[in-house]
This record gives sequence, C-alpha cells and structure tokens, in this order.
Amino acid sequence: MTTRLFGEPVQRREDPRLLTGQGRFLDDLGSGALAAAFVRSPHAHARIRDVDVTAALDVDGLIAIYTWEDLPERVGRPLPLLIPHPALTHGRTAYPLARETVRHVGEPVVMVVATDRYLAEDACGLIEVDYEPLKPVVGLEDAVQSGHLVHEDVPGNIGAHLVQEVPSASGLSAGEAIDAAPHTLSFRLDIERSASTPLEGRGVYARWDGADLRVYSSTQTSTSVRMAIAAALGLPLTSVEVIAPDVGGGFGVKIVHPWPEEILVPWAAMLLGREIKWTEDRREHFISSAHERGQVQHVRVGFDDDGRVLGMDVRILHDHGAYTPYGIIVPIITSTQLLGPYKLGAYRVEFSSVYTNTVQVTPYRGAGRPQGVFCMERTMDKIARHLGRDRTEVRAANFIQPDEFPYDQRMTFQDGRPLIYDSGDYPEMLRLVKELIGWDDFERAPNRGIGIGCYVEGTGVGPYEGGHVQITSDGRVHVSTGLTSQGQGHQTVFAQIAATELGVPIERVSVVTGDTRRFGYAVGTFASRAAVMSGNAIALACRKVREKALRIAADALEANPADLEITEGIVHVVGDPKAAVPLSTVAVLANPLRYAFDDEAAKATQFSGQASGGASPDRPPVAEGDEPGLEGRDYYSPIRSTFAAGMHAAVVETDPLTAEIKVLRYAVVHDCGKLINPMIVEGQIHGGVAQGIGGALYERMVYDSHGQLVNASFMDFLMPYATEIPHVETAHLETPSPLNPLGIKGAGEAGVIPVSAVIASAIEDAEGVDIDRMPISPSELFDLRG
Amino acid sequence: MKPPPFEYHAPRDLGEALEILAGAGPRGKVLAGGQSLIPMLNMRIAAPDHLVDINRLGALSSIDAGPGGVTVGALARHAEVERAAPHPLMVQALRLVAHPVIRNRGTVVGSLVHADPAAELPAVLAVLDGSVRLARRAPGASGLPDGVVTRDVPAGAFFTGPMESAAEPGELAVSAFFPALPPRTGTAFREIARRHGDYALAGVCAVVTLDEDLHISAARVGCVGVGPVPVVVDVTEACERRPAATVPWQRVAGAVRERAEPDGDVHASAAYRLHLIGVLAEQAVKDAAREAAG
Repeated sequence: MTTRLFGEPVQRREDPRLLTGQGRFLDDLGSGALAAAFVRSPHAHARIRDVDVTAALDVDGLIAIYTWEDLPERVGRPLPLLIPHPALTHGRTAYPLARETVRHVGEPVVMVVATDRYLAEDACGLIEVDYEPLKPVVGLEDAVQSGHLVHEDVPGNIGAHLVQEVPSASGLSAGEAIDAAPHTLSFRLDIERSASTPLEGRGVYARWDGADLRVYSSTQTSTSVRMAIAAALGLPLTSVEVIAPDVGGGFGVKIVHPWPEEILVPWAAMLLGREIKWTEDRREHFISSAHERGQVQHVRVGFDDDGRVLGMDVRILHDHGAYTPYGIIVPIITSTQLLGPYKLGAYRVEFSSVYTNTVQVTPYRGAGRPQGVFCMERTMDKIARHLGRDRTEVRAANFIQPDEFPYDQRMTFQDGRPLIYDSGDYPEMLRLVKELIGWDDFERAPNRGIGIGCYVEGTGVGPYEGGHVQITSDGRVHVSTGLTSQGQGHQTVFAQIAATELGVPIERVSVVTGDTRRFGYAVGTFASRAAVMSGNAIALACRKVREKALRIAADALEANPADLEITEGIVHVVGDPKAAVPLSTVAVLANPLRYAFDDEAAKATQFSGQASGGASPDRPPVAEGDEPGLEGRDYYSPIRSTFAAGMHAAVVETDPLTAEIKVLRYAVVHDCGKLINPMIVEGQIHGGVAQGIGGALYERMVYDSHGQLVNASFMDFLMPYATEIPHVETAHLETPSPLNPLGIKGAGEAGVIPVSAVIASAIEDAEGVDIDRMPISPSELFDLRG
Repeated sequence: MKPPPFEYHAPRDLGEALEILAGAGPRGKVLAGGQSLIPMLNMRIAAPDHLVDINRLGALSSIDAGPGGVTVGALARHAEVERAAPHPLMVQALRLVAHPVIRNRGTVVGSLVHADPAAELPAVLAVLDGSVRLARRAPGASGLPDGVVTRDVPAGAFFTGPMESAAEPGELAVSAFFPALPPRTGTAFREIARRHGDYALAGVCAVVTLDEDLHISAARVGCVGVGPVPVVVDVTEACERRPAATVPWQRVAGAVRERAEPDGDVHASAAYRLHLIGVLAEQAVKDAAREAAG
C-alpha cells in the first residue's frame, strides 16, 4: 500500500525556503527596474485645481511624471466594478489617477517614475497640487445625516440598499413574529474598521519587450489581473503574462484588482520601454489599499421562554468607504452568514451601504462574517441573560439538527445561489467545545468570565478552478493550478492530494500556482476556496492521469488495467510485484518519439517495439482521441458553496484596577469536512484567532473628523504580537461535504470569524456590563465601568 | 518611505565629530542606535542635511559604575547596559524598553536626547536626579588646535518638552550619569502598555528609602506618559513616614495624580491615564519599599 498522505500532518514543504530567506517576493525582483512612486491626496475630500510639477523637473534621475490628463482614454477610465449587483444602484469606482476630485486621504493623484525610489519620492515631494478642500464625510452617522456627499450624484451617500426577508413557517413576517413573541429585545451594536495588513504590501513589476508584457504582482489572482491589464491596455490576452511570485500574505486585500498601480505600472513600462517597479510602503498600504469591518447594526428580536428565536430584524449601516470596486459582497455576507448554525422563525435583514471619504472597503479575512456573528452571538447572550438561562442552552435550542441537512436558509448567498447548508453536526460541536473549555465546571471568580461564539462559514465559492498534472519521463509529477498562494501551504496540500491520488512519493511532486504561463484559467484565492476548488480539480486531473497510466502500463505488462495499482511511483499487478513498470517508463511510453535523446527516450522510438501503439503497425502511434504524454487537466465547478462551521470559547480575566483584559484560555472546535493536513488547518486557525484577537482587543482605524487616518503606522495600529496571543487549544470534527469528490470544506478564514463575539461574551460575563462595541480597549472598559 | 537626501559623516574621533556638528549647526543630526531617527528619516518627518554617525567613536561605549553612580557613554546599547546591570532601576526600566532587537541597537543616551515623554529612561534619569554631559567644540586659542568643552545638565533642566532636550545644535551628548542609591533604598518600575514592548500608556518608576525602623523616609516617583516631560513627584510626605503596610495609599495616588497632566489619544483617554498613574504609583512605591526592606 502507498502511504496515504491525504489527512496526514505533513510538514510544510515551503517553509525551509521561506524561513531561510530564500523566498522571492515582489521587491526581490527587478533590481534594475525604474521605480514608481505616487503623490497621494493629503485631503479626505477636495477638488484638484492645479498640479504644478515645475520644481520636480530638476530632480536628477527623474524619468516621467503622469497625471490623469496624461493617460490615454482606455487607461484613464474608472476602474472596473468587479461584482455588479442589482441592489448596488450607485456603484462608483476610482480613476487610476484622481480626475478632478479626490475622495479619501491616500488616493493617487500623480505618478512619478525615476531611476530609484529615493529620487522618485524626492520628486513627489516637489510636486505641488493645489486643492480646494470640500466637506469630508467621515463615519456612518455623518454619512446618512450630514447632507454632505462623497459623490455628487449619489443622494444620501447610499450606494446600495438590500432587503432579504424570510417569513416564519406559519407565514408571519419578522416584524409580526417579533411583536407576537413572549419576549423581545432591541439594541444597537458597533464594529469598527480594521484591515488585512499583510506583512508584504502590494507591489507591481512590469517589463515590455516590444511585443509581450510580463507583469509580476503581489496579488491573490494572477489570471484576473492578466485579463484586466489586457483589457485596459488593449493588448491581446496572449501577449500578457502575469505571475504572482512569493506573496507575503493577502487576507483579502490583494483579491481586489486591478489596483491603479496594476494598470499604471505596465502602461508606463510599455510607454517608456523600460522595466518599472512599484513597491507599496506601509503608510501607502494604510491609506490607499482597503479596510473592512465598519458597521452599525440595529437589532430587534422576539423569542420564547426557551430562548428560541421566533423573529429577528436586523438593520445594518455598512461603511463602504469612498468606492465600491468589489461590489456589496461584504454586507451580503454579513446579512446571510449572521444566521450561523441556527434556524430562526422569521428573519428580515436590511442593509444600506454608504459612502464615506475614507479608504474603500473590500473583503478582509472573514469578509463580513465577524460582524454578522458578533450580531447573532450578542443576541444569543442577551436572550440567555434576559431569561436567566445558560448561554449554551439557548444556542442549542436554536440549532439546526444533524438530520435536517441539507438545510435551506431560504436566502441568496454571495455567489447568487441559494443559502443551503450541505452538512454539519452542531450539537456535537457544542458538546466538544464545552468539554474542551470546561464550560460546565467553570469556576466563577471575580473579574473572570467565560464566553462562547458559534458560526457557519460558506466556503469554496465558485465558479471554478482547474488543475493540470503532468508526469515526466524522470518520474516527477508536475502539478499546476491557476490560483495563487500567499503562504497557505498549497505546495504541501496539493502535493499531498496528488501523491495520494497517483501513488507517488510526495518528494516527486512539485506544485506551481499563480503563474498564467502554466495555467491560464482560474478565479483566485479568497473565500476559503483554494483547497476546495483547486484541491478537487487537481484530484480529478490526477484521476485522469492515473487512468491513462494504468492503460499504458497494462499494454506494457500485458495485464488488465483493473488488476493494476500504483505504489511508490511504480505500476504493478496486484499480488505480483515483479510484474511492474515505473511511472517514469510509462511517461516515456506515452510519448512516441522519433529521436532518442537519452537511454530512457530510446524506449519510445519507432524501432524499440515498446512505444504505445508502436507495437502494431496497423495503429497510429498516437491513437485517435488520445494525446501524447502522461498528463491530464480537469476542472471543478460546484453547484454552490460548502458550509464549514466552528465554535470557540474563551476564558478572560480583567484587572479590577487597570481594566486590562487578558485571555487566559482559548478553545476552538472546527469542522472543515475531511482534513487534508490537520497541522496546516491548525496553523490557519491559530493565525485566524490571532487576527480575531487583534479585531477584538487591539485594531481599529482611527479617522479624525477631517478624514485623516491618525494611526496609519504599526506604531499606533496595534496588530497583536505573539505575546498578546494565548495558546489556542483545538479539536476537529469531520462532517464531509457531499458536494465535492474529496469531501472537504474551506478553512482559511475560519479562525478569525467568531473571536470578537467570544471575547465580548467573556468580558461581559466577567464584568456584568453590556459589551456592544468591538474592539474594546482597557480605556474603554474603564469607561464602561463608570 | 525613503529618506530625503542628506550628507553622511562618519567621524573617527570626538574632535572630528564635534567639528562636523559645529559646522552643521541646526541642520545636523546625530546617528547613534538609529531606532527612532531612521524611521523618522524614512517617513520624512526628519530631514537633516547632515547625518553624523558616531558609531566609530568607540570610546563612547563605556559603562562605568563607581561609588557615586553610573556613567553611561553615548554608544552604550540598551542591551549592554541591561547585561552589565550597573544600577537596579536602570535594569528594571530597560526590560520595559521596546523589544530585544531594538535594545541591541538603541542607546541609553540616545533615548534621553530623543526625550520622548512616553519613554522609560528619561523618567529614570529624572527620578534619580541624574544628568547628561554635553560636549561641543571650543575654538583653540591662537595657533592651538580646537578643544572640547563640556557642560553637565541636570535632568530637571535637560527635558524641555516632548521630544525636546537642552542639547543645542553643535552639541553632542557624550554620556549620562545616574546617581547611585543611598542605603536601604529600593526601586521599581511599573507600566501599562497596550502590547508587550510598546510605549507605555502610563508608567511609574519609584525610589524608596527606609529608615532603620523600616518606615519610609524618602519616596520619589518618576511618571511616564502623563505630561510633556517626565513628571517627578516627591511622595515622602504622602507616605507619612509610615511602614509600607500602613501608608495611606489613596493619598500617595492622589499626590501623583495632582501633578499629572495626561492627554488622551487613540489608545487611551486622559481620564484613564490619570486613573492608571495613581494605581501604578501605589504599586511601584510598594514594590520599591519591599525591595528596600530586602
């Protein structure tokens, strides 16, 4: 038997390279390239009266300065609105360089190209932009109440408005069900902004050889960047290659595309006939990439004596920042995933997505779910408190039961498809998490609290991904898929899948991702989808290759393919290890040759008598319908998302004097279906929990009333260090997905999703005051104590 | 995030360094550990025309502990001083300064000259009544080479405002002096930071001396992050010459809060900082008294 690698905690194969500084990130490339830098708006909202570049022209090493007026019509168009939605009635996107108006601090206004970045920044500093400041719109309440507009043609700053409503089984609307309920509560919740803040910012490096354009980008989707560049620059797709080199984290911000720089840098490279590189610096990342999370939620809920929710009505104000390139995916996810593992009587959710003069909002790990889960889990805790019941009992009373799958929530999910959960076992998950944290034996003590949070996460969103697998005559297996990697461990898990499917040692498998030269069709790495989508596509491609290998080997061994198996890279007859042929030879035989360039190849030449089909002079060397080579390509396209779930619990301690908040224990039970590599899944969860603790206790984007982001550095934007993250205890539950061949669900975002809800639950338990805002700092807890 | 142009100087001895600084005047800046200056250059917050790198002046790396106190040279790194452990309060403070990699490069004297009111070492110098030695070039008498003159500035006069010290253009802080502790004296440093190694929201260092009956005979605290410069408060009177067990701590906390003038910022409100400084003062004085009692 071949070692079955699927499901094993195989060490990450990419780590030795990345941990010893051998990674090749965007800024490691193009050392001889010209450097681009940008003059960015210092105002949140202003009209551009004039741009005076005179003083900058004297900078030694200056190559070019571009404003919007310099851009050709095609390049100067507003950036695409990537995900249109009928409810997004007033979608607006930015120009690559500001045209007439700037709408947030950090919006690019002028592009400078110079021989190095120092000089480019010197020139930027000498360019004088004359602004006429306009009234900025900052904060959600300001957006809907002040009367000032971010976009003159968007009344009330409302970009989108969407209502989804599910009546109760007896036909009551949410409002009617709440009014008729024995108990009702209403309250308001606030969630502040945070951001992906990957260690590596964005970056683009382009070179043009007169006919073809090659672009490297620190992106989560090279195939889509390629199409966007080809469209903007009017190039045939076949003349554009896009490669994602090693990428130092994405967490959502790099799925947005094309960023202005992804169009402008290649355009200037073509125009100047020179290599150009732009590497985002940290301040640029804070003020010009993307943020997320900011919402205000108004909740009304009606429930019975057992805490069963009979009706729930949620009204969300969602802060979209200045532009909506990624549509309204985030508030749609909040609205739908708010439901979690629960079946409600009646549900109505309404959101308004509003413009403000701040950095645009696009998905950040969790993508609207942390807000939705915060809303639902705060609701569950408040119901329990109102009824004087245990918080886990109230949750259990609302769970979808294991025999109710597939469970239709009767809503429309972010993929435009029905929100139908494929599988899960929530009661068992609750039992496990209570056991792990010791819920029933928790010793009550002053300033100590325990909290819990549950979520369901739609993962593996379509439309598709593909995989290509080739076995070469040295016996090596080359796997490629179009989506990109940002550190997830794709080199390891995709190799585990291929090694298991093909029966080869993992050392012989190599994996290439995010390179349009190797695989041109892909969507991208986001929405916890890479393992589900590319994993299944690669498995299907491997199965094609395996079938062909067995067919060719059966010919060579004069055996029946059904009697063959592959172990350690060798095809042999079951029960007869001597009747064997290595895959390397099968690969040789699969490719009839005229020329013998080495001894192995000689076996496949016309006089060897061994080549596939070559034994019979009556058949063509490559049979009709067959192809030379031992390779296969396949795609996986699911009917809809698969739904992973998790439950977290934590014990916190608050300092009675200083109001400091310490997480003493953190427990996670997680179900992402069949595990490909439990160690990597745990790593994903640990990292997610760390980001979640950032969102719960540390991170916020602090805009002042002028729209200045006053904490735009890692000095003042407090990403937690390892010292702030507790040990995370994990347990897994595996309810396979019936939707895909491998039975897997996504795990990338999971860890971050319920953390704010869990920490709020625990602090509330410790302090006895309502925790209705996130994040919460010691200073704020001090204020709440009064 | 690349610095603007500057002229880089790497003098080999003190005289050369002072000559360059004298020539550069207000357009010159000294580079020692660079842990604050380099980020400020990269963010173009600082734009000196002349950067005078003193890292080749090996003679300034000394750490001399004598009966009267400790003299720390301008190139002594935080980590070196922490390891040499010449003074208990300095060690307590240095453990709270940023992270090990920063302490490997950053210098004690550099921290003092940077004069960040949220930093630990200025408060230590202030509570101990230490001083900083500033050197400048003195034109030689006719025909003789230029000489060096120095002046010692006591802590109380050295810190003149947030990020502002008494060091004048053309001057180089060559050393700092931290007085030794009297007998039966203990010290402590308490602070609250949002994350491990961050600048404190508020911090208090305390120096407490006991008499032979173990009653508090002198107690001073230096406060961090609650004013434009380190705030030193003598709380001897508030301790009422009592043993630590019966000190009216509310009075001590009150005396400190009375002198503190914190601002609110993105991390904490002024009211919270004011609350903290009292809590920390009580904790630090208690800790120091315990240490003094041995």
